[in-house]
Amino acid sequence: MNWSEFFSMGGYAFYVWGSYLTALILLGGEVALLMRRKKSLRKRHDNEPR
Amino acid sequence: MNLYKYASPSAFYPLAGKMIPWFAVPATVLFALGLYVGFFVAPTDFQQGDAYRIMFIHVPAAWMGMLLYLLMALYAGIGWAFNARLSSMMASSLAVTGALFTALALVTGAFWGKPTWGTWWVWDARMTSTLILLFLYIGFLSLQSAIDDPRRSDRAGAVLALVGVINVPIIYFSVQWWNTLHQGATIRILNKPTVAPPMLAAMLILLAACWLYSVAVVLIRLRCIILEREQNAAWVSEGAV
Repeated sequence: MNWSEFFSMGGYAFYVWGSYLTALILLGGEVALLMRRKKSLRKRHDNEPR
Repeated sequence: MNLYKYASPSAFYPLAGKMIPWFAVPATVLFALGLYVGFFVAPTDFQQGDAYRIMFIHVPAAWMGMLLYLLMALYAGIGWAFNARLSSMMASSLAVTGALFTALALVTGAFWGKPTWGTWWVWDARMTSTLILLFLYIGFLSLQSAIDDPRRSDRAGAVLALVGVINVPIIYFSVQWWNTLHQGATIRILNKPTVAPPMLAAMLILLAACWLYSVAVVLIRLRCIILEREQNAAWVSEGAV
């Protein structure tokens, strides 16, 4: 299989990769923000006197 | 085992923590498998060329947007009717992921519409009702963040979520009720599917991946919401977390 042919998506590269890049940004961003929220919550509870 | 026990946030918190990997790991595997089938196994469409490959993410995103809305309304309604705070927290957690998938469906739809219809957007019944779905999610989230008292904000959110349920069947049947530019359903439950088997397989695998992903992130967010809301409760400050 020819990779440059694959990435050109028969001339629809912008639309196809644009869609999947959006998916990656939205879902990856959701996971990244959640991990940050989780970490800061954990830190806050670790600092509390017990 | 007493299932009602898990209706309390303190009992559900550790259970949810144990459940997350069972959804997150298969989600990752199925995303990889679905993309492999979608890009390397499924053939080029004779009408749309490779542009149709947007379908593999567009259709699951649109379905998740609608299904998560129904779930959100259900949990919000239960939380309101039975005064179950964990159920309302679940609704708030579902709203974010649902809004995200709806936004993804709209953006990928625009990316698909431009090469096939020649336009990014038209005010067609299905697209307009999907945009309304996104506004309902955003309305639910901003309403909740605007009210300080959590139980009052849960009730207000539940009213909005339940009224908005009417929009979901409108989205689903819009392609039958109105003459839309948007094509009809790709998969009908009772009829034969209208797409080739590897194309259908890629879409269904990615749909399953999106489901598992949603369960995993909704549970992670639910755990954060539980901690934030119950921070003054004894079980949180005593270090059970």
